[in-house]
Amino acid sequence: MAEPVRLKPPLSEDDARSLEAGTRVLVSGTVFTARDAAHRRLIESIDRGEELPFDLEGQVIYYVGPTPASPGKPVGSAGPTTSSRVDRYTPQLLARGVRAVIGKGDRGPEVAAALKENGAVYLAAVGGAGALLAGRIASAEVIAWPELGTEAVYRFEVEDFPAIVVMDSRGGNLYESGRKLFRR
Amino acid sequence: MREIDVNEVTALVSRLFQEANFLLPADVIESLQAALAREESPLGRDVLEALLKNAGIAARERVPLCQDTGLAAVFAEVGQEVHFSGGSFVAAVDRGVAAAQAEGYLRASVVSGACFERANTGDNTPAVLHTELVAGDRVNITVLPKGGGSENMSRLAMLKPADGVEGIINFVLETVGLAGANPCPPIFLGVGIGGTMDRAALLSKQALLRPAGSPSADGRLAQLEADLLEKVNALGIGPGGFGGTVTCLGVAIEEYPCHIASLPVAVNIQCNSARRAAGSL
Ligand code: SF4
Repeated sequence: MAEPVRLKPPLSEDDARSLEAGTRVLVSGTVFTARDAAHRRLIESIDRGEELPFDLEGQVIYYVGPTPASPGKPVGSAGPTTSSRVDRYTPQLLARGVRAVIGKGDRGPEVAAALKENGAVYLAAVGGAGALLAGRIASAEVIAWPELGTEAVYRFEVEDFPAIVVMDSRGGNLYESGRKLFRR
Repeated sequence: MREIDVNEVTALVSRLFQEANFLLPADVIESLQAALAREESPLGRDVLEALLKNAGIAARERVPLCQDTGLAAVFAEVGQEVHFSGGSFVAAVDRGVAAAQAEGYLRASVVSGACFERANTGDNTPAVLHTELVAGDRVNITVLPKGGGSENMSRLAMLKPADGVEGIINFVLETVGLAGANPCPPIFLGVGIGGTMDRAALLSKQALLRPAGSPSADGRLAQLEADLLEKVNALGIGPGGFGGTVTCLGVAIEEYPCHIASLPVAVNIQCNSARRAAGSL
């Protein structure tokens, strides 16, 4: 297997467009978390023309609702959650410059189209590996909507956070191609 | 008659939920190791290695195996000669769930007002508790923290008796195919066949309590489990859904008599984080 590609957000459109489905990546730097509830609020803020808790341009959004941090740890278990629950919000965020989103599971055609149009990628982290992935998160800070608890927006500083490009900006989809390759 | 203080129930439930969230059962670890040896996809092996490492970290550092520490499914077998003292058994189970959430730094993943408010209950209660009366004076409790990702991909069908075994196989394959990468493969499948709609669903979850690699005691059902496992793995979904030869680590079927007009089939999908723990009082 090829060595993983290193990604350091903020990412440019060229960075995102150069990535191909099936490529392993290691993300280092800042990523922002958002689950369903935070997505709804981000979109509401955009609709009202308010300032967002973070500038979306070039950023990476990670779909995760961590467990509470135990004493002495920056964060609890922190693996990806199912992405399709935010499909309806994703195109708007990609149109505003988000270059990569990290989650798990299939996405709808509206997301595939928005990845192509805007030049962005959908990455998957290993679902069920929350303890391992937490070890790649050096710090975690709630930056918006603390009342949402685990669903608040966190800023994570990550180091060599492992993920795989599942959907690229050219229509490639690892879930589809991988399944075809191994179907008996 | 044997008297059991409900505080003992609370303590046991709390201990079991913490144990389940930090220690992947040995049979699950063994089946992941066996999968690693036979998975043909390099990306698939990558995922399996990550899951085995994850189990080690969770156990050593007491970090939950998965951030979705689950809805608290609890199966209690209560000996009919037991008398509970000190309050309600059901409330004691919920106190155990809440204690595990607080002491173990588990996630509060439950909302009440499922239809409208959807407000987080804050302590991961209430449990979904199944209590069965059995002979004797012991209490056996098994907990199964159930993740939303895999539960959401589970399905039930009221087949026609004429659909037969072929209908059952097709429904299972269709369910796993639709689930794809969502339930965090490699998965386990609990299949409940027969009973009523609700009984089939319960059987499918009870089937998940059986340790990996222990086939049904009924020879024909054991054969059907093996056939289903092979067919599901031929779908090619693979670890993480990235394509591969190991999509499923085990199929367990539980059966119950049903109406002459019915053939209920429930498929409960369990993710790779197949957490459970059991204890007795
Ligand atoms: S489906 Fe299971 S392994 Fe995947 S995120 Fe949910 S609980 Fe974790």
